[in-house]
Amino acid sequence: MTLGSFLDMGGYAFYVWTSYGITTAVLLFNLLAPIVQRKQLLRQLALKQKRPQ
Amino acid sequence: MSFIPAPISRFFHRTASPPHFYALANRFIPWLTVLFLLLLIPGLYGGLIMAPTDYQQGDSYRIIYIHVPAAWMSLFIYVLMAVMGGIALIWRMKLAEVMLISSAPIGAGFTFIALVTGSLWGKPMWGTWWVWDARLTSELILLFLYLGVISLHGAIEDKRNAARAVSILALVGVVNIPIIHYSVEWWNTLHQGPTVSKMDKPSIHISMLIPLLLMAVAFKVYYAIALLQAAKLELLKRESSAQWVKNLLEKTV
Repeated sequence: MTLGSFLDMGGYAFYVWTSYGITTAVLLFNLLAPIVQRKQLLRQLALKQKRPQ
Repeated sequence: MSFIPAPISRFFHRTASPPHFYALANRFIPWLTVLFLLLLIPGLYGGLIMAPTDYQQGDSYRIIYIHVPAAWMSLFIYVLMAVMGGIALIWRMKLAEVMLISSAPIGAGFTFIALVTGSLWGKPMWGTWWVWDARLTSELILLFLYLGVISLHGAIEDKRNAARAVSILALVGVVNIPIIHYSVEWWNTLHQGPTVSKMDKPSIHISMLIPLLLMAVAFKVYYAIALLQAAKLELLKRESSAQWVKNLLEKTV
């Protein structure tokens, strides 16, 4: 199988690759969003803790 | 809880205590990530490259390797949320509340994926993006149930009260799950009946079935990782003034 025929997906390239693309985007978002938010929250809390002392 | 032996009850409470759970999540996430990749890579390779082209659907059927596992996850996560809701209502267990609300966006994500990939598969095979048949409609209602849980939780200021309301919604909504599952048998739907769950004689060739099962387990492990990440954030939000969070801050800064 050549790379071209793999990417072409027997003519269904648009449907197959859009499906896989959207799936990747949603799964990555749900994984990374809480990590980013947690880092922000920890930074805020650390600042608050330092201030009164 | 007197019917549970004391050592088991103690173990349960220790594991479910926020600082212990937070540390445990940190220990598990790297291993789960390795396991996820070990399932995902052969699953994708098997599904997109090794599995033969379908004699009727051509290569469009390869959407099955995300569509079906995502649809399974959409039901599985909702049932788990209802169980967590039951535990939260009966024992008022904080960790169950956190697991319930942390699962909702992940479940909504899988439901959205199942609907969108189904639409992208339906267009070339059925000739339409969408029909109001029983399977598709009940899955759409599931998406609204997930979004309802998320917005109800966001709308109530006090998080203990919010968790109680959300638990009730999760439990009531669980009636939709058997409706989705049996919709293809109870009604005459455009959506096909089950191919895999007839375990005695699945009507799918083994070379197509193995990648499908690998992807299904990979999605389960993904859920575990994403849930732990979301639960860590939710615990920090709720316990931001607790002593264990202060200790954690001193260690990291």
